[in-house]
Amino acid sequence: MPIVSNPSSQNETPAPIINLENVSVRYRLPSERIGTLKEYTIRLLQRRVRHRDFWAVHDLSLSINRGEVFGIVGDNGAGKSTLLKVISKVLRPTTGRVRIYGKIAPLLELGAGFHPELSGRENVFLNGALLGYSHEEMTAVFDEVVDFSELSEFIDAPIRTYSSGMYARLGFAVATAHQPEILIVDEILSVGDEAFQRKCTDRITGFRENGATVLMVSHNLGLISEMCDRAAWLDHGKLMKIGTAEEVIEMYREGFQ
Amino acid sequence: MVKFQVVNTQTFSDKKKPLYDSAKRVSPAIAEIREIGNYRHLLAQLVRRDILTRYKRSFLGVAWTMLNPLGTMLVMTFVFSNIFKASMPSVPFPVYILSGLVVWNFFAQGTNASMSGLVWGGNLLQRIFVPRTIFAVSAIGTALVNTVIALVPLVIVMLISKATFSWALLFMPVAILLITCFTLGFGLMISSMAAFFPDVMEMYQILLTAWMYLTPIIYPETIIPERFHLVYRLNPMYWFLRVFRAPIVDQALPSLRDFGIASGIAIVMLIVGWLIFTSKSDEYAYRI
Ligand SMILES: Nc1ncnc2c1ncn2[C@@H]1O[C@H](COP(=O)(O)OP(=O)(O)OP(=O)(O)O)[C@@H](O)[C@H]1O
Ligand SMILES: [Mg+2]
Repeated sequence: MPIVSNPSSQNETPAPIINLENVSVRYRLPSERIGTLKEYTIRLLQRRVRHRDFWAVHDLSLSINRGEVFGIVGDNGAGKSTLLKVISKVLRPTTGRVRIYGKIAPLLELGAGFHPELSGRENVFLNGALLGYSHEEMTAVFDEVVDFSELSEFIDAPIRTYSSGMYARLGFAVATAHQPEILIVDEILSVGDEAFQRKCTDRITGFRENGATVLMVSHNLGLISEMCDRAAWLDHGKLMKIGTAEEVIEMYREGFQ
Repeated sequence: MVKFQVVNTQTFSDKKKPLYDSAKRVSPAIAEIREIGNYRHLLAQLVRRDILTRYKRSFLGVAWTMLNPLGTMLVMTFVFSNIFKASMPSVPFPVYILSGLVVWNFFAQGTNASMSGLVWGGNLLQRIFVPRTIFAVSAIGTALVNTVIALVPLVIVMLISKATFSWALLFMPVAILLITCFTLGFGLMISSMAAFFPDVMEMYQILLTAWMYLTPIIYPETIIPERFHLVYRLNPMYWFLRVFRAPIVDQALPSLRDFGIASGIAIVMLIVGWLIFTSKSDEYAYRI
């Protein structure tokens, strides 16, 4: 598929839509598990509350431009999901600064935000509301969501009866029913079958042509190089390389040989 | 392959002013109020979901919400009506008990649901941005709907036992509003503790049981010995019961003193609970 560059970014200087300055994220792991208030109080009185600090993202600066499709690659535990959480307001960075100049639609991890007992239909509205859409806004796109996910036979069945691919289909269809300004995709595309992956990538390409910004994490390097203008390689929370998708993937491949 | 038309309702944001700036900190308590407003659709969906799942699972559905306090009331009436008969106010005993149970169940269910809501929602809070208080607020919303449903058997029992209906009953929504504020404030406080320490949830059940028996729900106020009066006056639920029951039991508006005290407690609890909960806003996604 040819990579179409976004017409709006050709002439003017690129405007950042996501801006990270020296961002670090620290998780605090209690060195012994303190699970209860009783234990905590005892420990506190003995002054023995100890933490082990773990920096999942370390001093990372990054700027993503409006209209870009940006990929993030890295090993398991490299901090990719953590980085996406900082960008989508889930975690406030421990140090550094995050600035976002647009509305984000995060594509939830598999199954998060679905209620297993409710039908697919009801979950479309619940999930839409999680993304900030009203009942009317979801009604307007409901048929389209069902068509796209190809789940019309199952839409009234409880969602606990769905397969993981069906979860992913419905999740993707809901998150992309309205074109978001910034779409964040964390590793969800790999669950669907090939035909559905094709549909998803087509839709993302369509978004880009309309000027949306897409940020995606994937272990599927082929997909990253096909879809993304630029990419970043993250390793142990540090930014190893940022550049065109090909450059970054090449370096990443060399890196783990 | 069919090409799907994407609904393009997009408006591009201002390129100069960030929608989100992690370095800019408004007071979390105030930011949270704004966020709840932005996410009112989610609030409605969560309440809907809670009510739907509850009524789908249980066989008797809506009827259960009404029968549950009714059953307790019948047992209590059977056991206690003779013991307390002498000291009972003018109102029929079943009406007295049932009105107390409606208030107590609202509080107990509301606070418990806001705790378990945050535990369920914790999973979600780690994956997507939602206002942190939304699970407590929606839990109280659900409890409020259940309470309104539970008012139906109260009215029926009042009709059957030939209790007097007075104009003062129109005051009930105000009383319920005060209890809602208190329950939300208390629910927020207790669920922010439960988010960090799971054992709080179990300890709270013990507290609730003790608290229930220290509140004149199933027994008349008049049997409380003089030396315990101070203890009762320190119990917030005592004041809410007085305010809620006045139109039913005395067929009159609550006294200005009772109303003033109950309003004061409700507003202070709501503010304190909101401040405690939101002061930890940034930590829930890290900790749960
Ligand atoms: N809530 C948490 N508390 C403590 N540590 C965490 C938490 N979440 C993630 N971590 C740690 O942070 C590191 C980065 O995790 P993250 O989920 O960002 O990795 P990732 O790059 O998305 O990996 P994957 O490719 O497997 O999805 C991991 O070492 C993980 O153990
Ligand atoms: Mg991940």
